[in-house]
Amino acid sequence: MKPFSGLNHILRNLPIHLALIIMCLLWILPTLGLFVTSFRSREAVRTSGWWTIFQREQQPGRAEYETYCASCHGPQGDALAEADLSDPALIAKYPRANRLLPVLKQEVNGMPHLSNPALPENPKDALDTLTSIVTYLQTLSGESEQTARLTLRNYADALVGYKGTQDYITDCEQGTASALTKFHCNASDLLNPEGMGRAFVNTLIVAIPSTILPIFFAALAAYAFAWMDFKGRQWLFAVLVGLQIVPLQAALVPIARLYVSLDMADTFLGIWLFHTGFGLPYAIYLMRNFIGSLPREMFEAAYIDGANHWLVFLRVVLPLSLPAIASLGIFQFLWVWNDFLVAKVFLPTHPVLTVQVTNLIDPRGGNWHILTSAAFLSFIIPMIVFFAFQRYFVRGLLAGSVKG
Amino acid sequence: MLPTITRQGRLVPWLYLAPALVIMLIFIVFPVFNTISLSLKDKTGTRSAEVSCVAGEPCWGKFENYRYALTHPEMTQALRNNALWLLLMVPGTVIVGLLFALLADRVPYESLAKSIIFMPMAISFVGAGVIWRFVYHIESGGGKQIGLLNALLLKLGANPVAFLSNPAINNYALMVVGVWLWAGFCMTVLSAAIKGLPSDVLEAARVDGTNEWQLFWRIILPMIAPTLLVVTTTMVINVLKIFDIVFVMTGGNFGTEVIANRMFKLIVTDTGRSMAITVLLIVLTIPMMLFNVYRFRLQERER
Repeated sequence: MKPFSGLNHILRNLPIHLALIIMCLLWILPTLGLFVTSFRSREAVRTSGWWTIFQREQQPGRAEYETYCASCHGPQGDALAEADLSDPALIAKYPRANRLLPVLKQEVNGMPHLSNPALPENPKDALDTLTSIVTYLQTLSGESEQTARLTLRNYADALVGYKGTQDYITDCEQGTASALTKFHCNASDLLNPEGMGRAFVNTLIVAIPSTILPIFFAALAAYAFAWMDFKGRQWLFAVLVGLQIVPLQAALVPIARLYVSLDMADTFLGIWLFHTGFGLPYAIYLMRNFIGSLPREMFEAAYIDGANHWLVFLRVVLPLSLPAIASLGIFQFLWVWNDFLVAKVFLPTHPVLTVQVTNLIDPRGGNWHILTSAAFLSFIIPMIVFFAFQRYFVRGLLAGSVKG
Repeated sequence: MLPTITRQGRLVPWLYLAPALVIMLIFIVFPVFNTISLSLKDKTGTRSAEVSCVAGEPCWGKFENYRYALTHPEMTQALRNNALWLLLMVPGTVIVGLLFALLADRVPYESLAKSIIFMPMAISFVGAGVIWRFVYHIESGGGKQIGLLNALLLKLGANPVAFLSNPAINNYALMVVGVWLWAGFCMTVLSAAIKGLPSDVLEAARVDGTNEWQLFWRIILPMIAPTLLVVTTTMVINVLKIFDIVFVMTGGNFGTEVIANRMFKLIVTDTGRSMAITVLLIVLTIPMMLFNVYRFRLQERER
């Protein structure tokens, strides 16, 4: 590149930085919304947008209080000893605006209580203003309970699959009947079939063998494709490349029927084998390309030393293939973890995370606080895997084409 | 081409291949043929599809389910929508991905920017559907707009919009989600291609006074054309099979039906029709399959 001065460089690249940063913000905003919402209380989610938590906390009635009262009573309400507005006992006498109004109509030391500014002429406006002030006075005197801005209770609700009107912890504390019929209010609730905790366990049970099995079988086949001589090798491999594209929808019904006749419907074994089947073409393709690129001299040396194929496969090929196995493993793991369709069809009574999340969707949007935390629970493992092993994931993506 | 010492008995390779081949035969090859034969059967998958013909109405005999798959309004809508997805989302995703790849190549925080764009690929389509349902949420009962987009519209003085149930825009709203999901994939693959360009060619062009705009159109674009083709075919396959997003966000209602969702809805209630739709899906992917094999053979020749 041509030499340039630093400032010139920055100025010339300014539009690029701006465009990229704006696009990145746009990309991250939807996920951020979900993340923030998952920590907000049901009431907060219902009544305000998630972005309001980044705004300065607006206490209701504060503006009105500052306009009408703060000049004499002070910002904390305790400036006048004879009328200490921060005293709960005093404030308790005026729970509503119409109780406060007569006091304000009385003169103080021969002057109107409120003169600069006076209350609005219109009685309705005056009462509205006073309602706000009453609310603020209650906050000031500590009467109204400060609700926590952020909460973890949504996650508890999502984990146990709570569907009531309050939240799981509150229900358990109060011993609400509906909670006690469905929950035991101890750790065993984490395995409640309607909850995300159970779905998490189910997903792990599905994902781990569904990742290991195809990779092992693929490594075996890939070794044969790469270093053995047999008739139809090229031809068979070309078919395999074509098989990568077969949409897995093609197998749903035939395999479901097969499983019913074999009494394997709704079993983990069934879903492991299905994921293995559809993971194999891509896995063999990727592994064969990798194993085929290992140096030939190494194999020759091993064979001359008297090693047979099985020994070479176990002692040389598998250890050296670890980078490819890592790429493939992460790819397949994320694929299986995020799968919805296969799990929905083959594991109806052991819902995995994705299926459980769709079970929680309320068409009217009444449970965003639980739905968002449930969705986030399903993201935790893939996010960790993705950010920890991004390099391998990308490599797996670049090495091949697509999968069914 | 193989060293003679790796020669072995005729049976040995097949021992290594057998587990994979058997599993693929059972789970991929057999189902494809089974699907074809089931597509000629009725609702229950037992009798010929002819039995569902009604006297006095058009009937395609054994291929009655294909009459449904190709002419029924439910399906023509789904086919139209899939075509719309192909037409808009595929180029949209590829262009956005390319733009990211080009921009990110020029900044020091490249890997961070790429991680952000690529992140949606790590989460499930179901999760992405939930994320975007929340963005598009409309509060119709007169409450506060808690969905990001409708709150923004309100702030700008416009009326809230029912992004997911208004047939005039809901398909586009879903495609935005698709672009959000897959742009990272396109970016990653294209970015690798751009980085793989020989730097001396780019240097020489810059020294010759080519500006960045010309550099892109005359040199970078032609040189990454093969990769663009690969990314595009991959996206075509993804879009043909598009399912989870639609299932989670609209369930295929309000005019957003797509082929794969139609197929899923009929799995239990009407095996014959569901399988006919699946065959249609397989047929649509065949060109991509042939292209993939062709590309593979080309690569092999270069090895």
